[in-house]
Amino acid sequence: MSKNLRITNNNFIDQTSRISFKFDGKTLYGFKGDTLASALLANNIHLVGRSFKYHRPRGIMTCGSEEPNAILQIGNDSSMTEPNTRATEIELYEGLEASSQNCWPSVNFDIGAINNFFSPLIPAAFYYKTFMWPANFWKLYEYFIRKSAGLGRSPTEPDKDIYDHRYLHCDVLIVGGGISGIMAAKTAAKNNLNTVLIDDKNILGGTTLFQQNECFKINNSYSNEWLKKEIETLNSFNNLTIKTRTTLAAYHSYNYLLARENLTDHLDLKDKKDKIRQRLWKIRAKKVIIATGAMERPLIFDNNDRPGIFLSSSIKKYIDFYGVKCGQKISLFTNNDSAYETAISLNNRGVSVNSVVDIRDKTNSLIVKQVEKLGIKIHWKSSVINTNGYKKINCIEIMKLSDDGTAAVGKKINEECDCLGISGGWTPRVHLFTQSGGKLKFRDEDNVFLPDKSELSQISIGSCNGDFELDEVVKNSVNLTNKFLNVNNNDYENLEIIASKEIDKKNIWLLPSDKPLGKTKPFLDFQNDSTANDIKLALREGFKSIEHVKRYTTTGMATDQGKLSNMHALGIIAETAGVKMGELGTTTFRPPYTPLTFGAIVGRNVGEFFDITRKTPIHDWHVKNKAEFENVGQWKRAWYYPRSNENMHEAVQRESKAARDSAGILDASTLGKIDIQGTDASEFLNRVYTNAWSKLEIGKCRYGLMLNEDGMVYDDGVTTRLSENHYLMTTTTGGAANVLSKMEDYLQTEWPELDVYLTSVTDHYATVSICGPNSKKILSKVIPNLDLSDKKFPHMSFKNALIDNIKCRVMRISFTGEHSYEINIQSSYGKSTWEKCIDAGKEFNITPYGTETMHLLRAEKGFIIAGQDTDGTMTPVDLQMDWIISKKKYDFIGKRSLYRSDTIREDRKQLVGLLTDDPKEILEEGAQIVSETNKQPIEMLGHVTSSYFSPNLNKSIALAVLKNGKKLKGQKMIVPMKDKKINVTVTDTIFLDKENKRLNA
Amino acid sequence: MFLINCPYCGERDQSEFSAGGEAHIERPKQPTELSDDQWAEFLFMRKNIKGIQYERWNHTHGCRKWFNMVRDTSNDKIHAVYKMGEKPPVK
Ligand SMILES: [Zn+2]
Repeated sequence: MSKNLRITNNNFIDQTSRISFKFDGKTLYGFKGDTLASALLANNIHLVGRSFKYHRPRGIMTCGSEEPNAILQIGNDSSMTEPNTRATEIELYEGLEASSQNCWPSVNFDIGAINNFFSPLIPAAFYYKTFMWPANFWKLYEYFIRKSAGLGRSPTEPDKDIYDHRYLHCDVLIVGGGISGIMAAKTAAKNNLNTVLIDDKNILGGTTLFQQNECFKINNSYSNEWLKKEIETLNSFNNLTIKTRTTLAAYHSYNYLLARENLTDHLDLKDKKDKIRQRLWKIRAKKVIIATGAMERPLIFDNNDRPGIFLSSSIKKYIDFYGVKCGQKISLFTNNDSAYETAISLNNRGVSVNSVVDIRDKTNSLIVKQVEKLGIKIHWKSSVINTNGYKKINCIEIMKLSDDGTAAVGKKINEECDCLGISGGWTPRVHLFTQSGGKLKFRDEDNVFLPDKSELSQISIGSCNGDFELDEVVKNSVNLTNKFLNVNNNDYENLEIIASKEIDKKNIWLLPSDKPLGKTKPFLDFQNDSTANDIKLALREGFKSIEHVKRYTTTGMATDQGKLSNMHALGIIAETAGVKMGELGTTTFRPPYTPLTFGAIVGRNVGEFFDITRKTPIHDWHVKNKAEFENVGQWKRAWYYPRSNENMHEAVQRESKAARDSAGILDASTLGKIDIQGTDASEFLNRVYTNAWSKLEIGKCRYGLMLNEDGMVYDDGVTTRLSENHYLMTTTTGGAANVLSKMEDYLQTEWPELDVYLTSVTDHYATVSICGPNSKKILSKVIPNLDLSDKKFPHMSFKNALIDNIKCRVMRISFTGEHSYEINIQSSYGKSTWEKCIDAGKEFNITPYGTETMHLLRAEKGFIIAGQDTDGTMTPVDLQMDWIISKKKYDFIGKRSLYRSDTIREDRKQLVGLLTDDPKEILEEGAQIVSETNKQPIEMLGHVTSSYFSPNLNKSIALAVLKNGKKLKGQKMIVPMKDKKINVTVTDTIFLDKENKRLNA
Repeated sequence: MFLINCPYCGERDQSEFSAGGEAHIERPKQPTELSDDQWAEFLFMRKNIKGIQYERWNHTHGCRKWFNMVRDTSNDKIHAVYKMGEKPPVK
């Protein structure tokens, strides 16, 4: 463990600032600039987790977002811990605690590893096939599967971190700060475009940043030195915004993009507090330039998953950028030139390279010759056919390839090593392009999918567009950018570029072995633990579509969406099925590119900010008087006002009785109020309500029922004629916004000739409703000079009045069946008016009541609540409200539908009353109604819509919808419950004061 | 997320708008004279095209105006936006 794996003289790691962190409980040290992965490797820790299915030891494999193995739990605080984070993307900070997941009891001794020895028994879709039968055993299996195979732990308490959202608008957004992105950003900025450049790393430069190699030079400088100077020039532009540590998560249509910026994740634990952790940028860009680069591919051969096996380019980054040796005796295995860059970097840093195993016959590019010159052994036309070492690789087995590449031939050579770099070529990162709806094309020569057609204003440049050679990257990026932005930046003309060019290409998706296929483990999807054999099995079992094979084998279904595995899966399917890869198509990449935290997604919209809360002007009084509240839409409405130890039932019984015996007061401010004005206002109401409005006198109120065009009841409320061309409509609390927008729709699109203006005034007026036999006496105290005689101010009429010089409108209308008034007054006077009424009503025991009592009182009178007693399938006829349908009017919304063949059926469900045989028995709302329980199947005839115990009638009452209900009055029905059958009698819907005597009492 | 060019307000984010179904279905002037089938045709039958579709939109969280849109449902490209009562652009 005391090996020195860190080299000195490195530009990117600050070796003067040591950082301590913990991994699996052990304190370790790294430096500022490290990722968690590079720090672990510097401590010679490779084994970081166990694989998902077989629990095989797995080590760090990459240095970026495609990492499939080093998926760790960060932190152990019950509210802040974060599962499934990639060690390769976590910047090291003082106080970081990380632990392995998916291993129990520990990463070094894992009980689930026994699966590995039984692995012939765990083929593709093993979980589907075995644990699905018998179905009721799943509960049992699930417990054990989750315990041993779970991916990390979720926090159990609310997240304490702060997250933020912001909008960003720009002319050009450039995604990716590698060499192409930097040149594009400079070009855009120089031409006065409002430009934004984002990159997910902490510094710009991409892989060119540490490319110091004789084979890659620009204007006689190493490419990294040239690029460094270019990056410095970016600082001079005020119109260029650079955001590092910012990952583009999603690319939607119309160039709408989401990017997550990490603000505190890299800070020391003590410095993170009270700062915004992550910000989600909602970006609208006129133009988008994607410069996201390419990912190296692995190679697929037996036991290619052991700790110590890396992508070859990652070994290069660890040594060149982080100054960390991934091993002391490193072997490389490749099908292309890029492993040779790694060999040179390692050699330059004094790390010995055993050999390069290359599947190609022989090639003579500049960089290969350079490696040969260094005396590094190259095994041409050879393959690694197996690896050894349980918790860490210690040996590779090499054999020659047959001419057709399908078999391993000749003598087997064993080569000792402690690290193996593999390179299977490069895959352009086209994820964002396809997310945006772009279509891909396939390039046969090096087996890559490339951006083809897009509807959006965007281009891809650099290696994500399939340019892999330095000279081509520069030349093509510059040309494409100039053309796309319609500018002419000649900064990059006549650059002198030296670049080693790859001459020979060869690819074998599944490399051969000296063993039969069934005896090998060539891993494809490292995170989900599926092998090439699983794909072949799926094909043998008849799966053909890539989407089906993916789901059946779970290849590409892990949190990395198959970044490393998709191409090989496609290649093996194409090869086995004998089709061309380009014709097979590719799978769909979906946002987010890398996982987003829930915190970043919801931003500030948590807790009380999750949804808008609407409160009436009288709300504070209700709070002070200990009301319980209920949510009605976004409104907080007083539900009931319990006194001392009353429960809800007791409070509602008391409130209901008081309202009928003397006086009750209700805050009705939440009812929707729509001001309707214009010379055609009466005609408009004729068309939207079922009844007639033209003859309503000024100063009078009328109840109206509104239907949908399909004839079903939509909303109801009382509308008052304030003057010739001026009405005030009220709607249900929940329906207000919908009613307004429905009426606007008809006005604007069907009847534009009508002179009518609609204005929502719900929030402008507070509404205080006083009811009961003493309501008149109370109102006369509040407004002494208003004549309240039945003659001057009858039921269903309105008066303008003054309360202490404040104008108000008083309506004499009733939703309880009692003599009652509604005072509408400017919101700001709502609370004082309420308090005046309470004061004036004291001598009459005025009792505030909430929505529950309101519902009970109206049910006693058989008044419906649209949305409770109706559900979008009830016509006014079904509600036994035929009286409200005007026979004279030629048309109104929904009229024609009232005599469709279905709506005129006699046996539709109709609104009825129900009385229980036992008057103490209260029905459950929603309970089903049947006529008999012996004959099977039992026909459900209807259900209970409203049910209460009426203190005024001293019995249980209910409203219900019942098939053919009108004709069943007086009949016995049964309401079957879980443990009993309740006998009921069908009745009229009006239980109290059928003659409406109380309205004028 | 679309960028919609409201004919009254200009370009705004889709979150300000709501879709209102197929456009150019006029409410019959004399519903009472229609047969059940004719009325049902107006009431229930809507096209669901993959390709160019004429649809109604409302700038709900803006000017509250209804307008029409020509949209290709296969790629969400908006080809035209025009006011209620205006003739649709020729196909
Ligand atoms: Zn608008």
